[in-house]
Amino acid sequence: MENQKCKGMRDLLPDDMLRFRHIEDLFRDCCRKCDYQEVRTPTLEYLHLFTAVGTLTPSMLGKVYSFLDWDGWSGERVVLRPDSTIPVARLYVENLSEHEQAKLFYVSNSFVFEGTGRKNRERWQCGAEFIGGVKLAADAETISLAVEVVNRLGLSDVRLQLSHAGLVKALIRELNLGAGEEAEVIGRILDGDWEALSEAKSTRAELDRFLSPLLNLRGKSGSFLRNVRALSPTASASFKSSLDDFIGIATLLDDLDCDYEIDITAIRSFEYYTGVCFRLLSDGETIGGGGRYDDLIPLMSGKSTPACGFALYIDPIIRLLSYKGEDRSRVLIVGERPVPETVKVCFTLAKSLRDADCVAEVDFQRREPSGYRWVVSVSGEDVPSFAVTDLERKEQQNVSSPAAVLSIVSG
Amino acid sequence: MLNGIALGFEDYDSGARRYRLQSPRYPFLSAKVLQERDVCVQVAVGNYDLGICGSDWIEELQAGYPASTLVRLLGLNYGEGSLYLVASCHSGISGVGDLVSRQGSWRIVSEYSNLTQALTSNLRLRSFRIFPVWGAAGAYLPEDADLAVLWARNEKEVESQGLFPLMELFPVQAFLIANRDQLENKDVSPILGCFGPSTISRPRTVVPGKPSVAARPAASLSQGQEKGVKLALPDGHQKAPTSQFLERAGLKIEGYSGKTSERRLSADLEWLSIKVIRPQDMPLHVANGNFDLAVTGRDWLLEHLYRFPSSPVIELLDLGFGKVKIVAALAQETSVADIADLRALVQAGKFSPLRVASEYVNIADKYLRDNHISSYRLIPTWGASEAFLPEDADLLIDNTQTGKTLAEHNLRVIDVLLRSSACLIGNEHSISSPDKRGKIESVVAMLRRGLE
Repeated sequence: MENQKCKGMRDLLPDDMLRFRHIEDLFRDCCRKCDYQEVRTPTLEYLHLFTAVGTLTPSMLGKVYSFLDWDGWSGERVVLRPDSTIPVARLYVENLSEHEQAKLFYVSNSFVFEGTGRKNRERWQCGAEFIGGVKLAADAETISLAVEVVNRLGLSDVRLQLSHAGLVKALIRELNLGAGEEAEVIGRILDGDWEALSEAKSTRAELDRFLSPLLNLRGKSGSFLRNVRALSPTASASFKSSLDDFIGIATLLDDLDCDYEIDITAIRSFEYYTGVCFRLLSDGETIGGGGRYDDLIPLMSGKSTPACGFALYIDPIIRLLSYKGEDRSRVLIVGERPVPETVKVCFTLAKSLRDADCVAEVDFQRREPSGYRWVVSVSGEDVPSFAVTDLERKEQQNVSSPAAVLSIVSG
Repeated sequence: MLNGIALGFEDYDSGARRYRLQSPRYPFLSAKVLQERDVCVQVAVGNYDLGICGSDWIEELQAGYPASTLVRLLGLNYGEGSLYLVASCHSGISGVGDLVSRQGSWRIVSEYSNLTQALTSNLRLRSFRIFPVWGAAGAYLPEDADLAVLWARNEKEVESQGLFPLMELFPVQAFLIANRDQLENKDVSPILGCFGPSTISRPRTVVPGKPSVAARPAASLSQGQEKGVKLALPDGHQKAPTSQFLERAGLKIEGYSGKTSERRLSADLEWLSIKVIRPQDMPLHVANGNFDLAVTGRDWLLEHLYRFPSSPVIELLDLGFGKVKIVAALAQETSVADIADLRALVQAGKFSPLRVASEYVNIADKYLRDNHISSYRLIPTWGASEAFLPEDADLLIDNTQTGKTLAEHNLRVIDVLLRSSACLIGNEHSISSPDKRGKIESVVAMLRRGLE
């Protein structure tokens, strides 16, 4: 059968969906317990929502699915959302702005073009945004929530990496590059090329004292950052205040017994973020990330509103998860002949089994009963009789009432 | 240049209308003459191994399709002009920095819509709308657009149009291009060998755009435009018949009938302002209120309406001239009698997919959908679409007046999609606005007299 699926798109088969819903159920449960509420934004948004906040780089914008809507004669382009946080921020500004604080979560897809077709162009995330709230506490709650979901999923070799967008930006300014060169370095870093930072070492030798450890070492506690602080007496005020902010969160996480690694390169798109950022990995693969983005909502609404959030990437987690689904009795009801009386008996039996939380299927085709625990053969038209076979224990019983079948199957 | 490197073709000069050329020196080499813009597309698609076209169209294709299989082989030592980002002298924009710092939505007009899209990303423009046009981009500034990306010979030429160059994007040069897959697998070395050292030049380096001229003081635009009626008249082929019609109707317009290339005209009605632009672009600009009325072909109106069904443009009056039919045509050799035959062949898998060439992308699309052609690929063309059959396309949807050109190219018409003639179109909101309604009605009445 010729491949008719669109390039870069992915079908989610039953096993995939089993895991998808498991991740989603767990995530929603954790969020609701932290008093987050679910929202959903539309798949189509105006392009200018993303260009206006200035947070997508030219190379990212070049991969957005944008087009003219059926009423797009004005030239206004719409997009398949390439990002979920910006639409949620818009939702807050347009509907909930009278609330000083809003804790919102979502499960949604976003679309980004990728040339080879080997990566997904449609990506599913579950994310949460904490809008408003007090710094440090909100950051710690966000990070803890993300870590809790990942831990409850039982993924292996989970690592949390921390960075700080304000610190990275201040660091770049410390290099004192010309405007063009600075823009180039920022552009390269946004596209993931951190070599730009180590290559652009400026003439100030004392920069290396704190730049080098930040780039090359992986601190495991607030102490590392305090050491960097001590090594940077001549750094600018904004560098120091970002570093202090970072130290505050790291210390709080230390007190909460949260394991992490400080890796300054662990952020993507720091144009978006202003404070602490983090990334989660499992078996070396990135499965989620987030951070503080205090400038986003002011850009949209003009009102100063801090915010932080994260998203978990469902597609890689589906691959990493070993989840087989819940254990439920699967019963195959096989009717001898599809005459109305037998059909009625079979359907009624199936219903009562389902009410008792079993999975029941009615069959008249004599299929192979693979995957089922029980097979119930129904015969006799005037007086039905039931032959109940336990495929696991290889036992069979003959009974004459649906109630008796139910009591055998429910054990 | 080609004659100079012994790759000359008979009849390839500016006068001829032959599309298919044979090389006297290389019998295995066949060549086709296409619109420059089509050259890029056809080489990228793989219908041609090599092509020659300007770097502006190469950049335009690659800006829209970065993964395209087009390879730039050699800069050929000719080509003039550059692409510029321009603003009107009246706009008060003195540099590229103004574009980011000023609030408001920028209206940008260009023949190069992919390049323009990429430019807006690179300049980090926050709010903008891009209007694609078939030509005359500069004519839209300042009333109907704020910025344009266009080709000009040099900055002086830009300034002579009353425009102000903000940035030179890159110089335009002719290039020899190739399809990557063919280059990797097919031996085209005898032809490549013709392009010896005397024609190879280093491609002129693309200078990152910088404001090229010092700031100009903003000049105020004349007021009183708002209550007047704005009319668009066609340039090109339609100019002569339109001009004759308007004379018959008694609408005196200075400068429209001659050979002048003046784009802003005035009539003997002081509330009527006139601009001369490409007829293909008129419906979009009428929809956006840049013009209240326009004279264009019904084919271009429908092309716009099929894409934007709820657009506020309507046909006001059939002007009775410029009659053409939009037809579907195939090569004579195929044994297809009508569209039902073609549908059956497509379903049987004879074409996979059916390649359809047309300037009317939306009319073609609707026609194919309505006729349940299940598997097709639309190839947009910018002129001389009949040249594409039979090698590069299977079906042509094109306009025809007498049918002579189609017959000359051995094409058979299998269906008539619609009949088009010149018509007066208008913006619904303008027509119902109290300020303009009376004036528009008087224009319609005047033109109706021209029909008698």
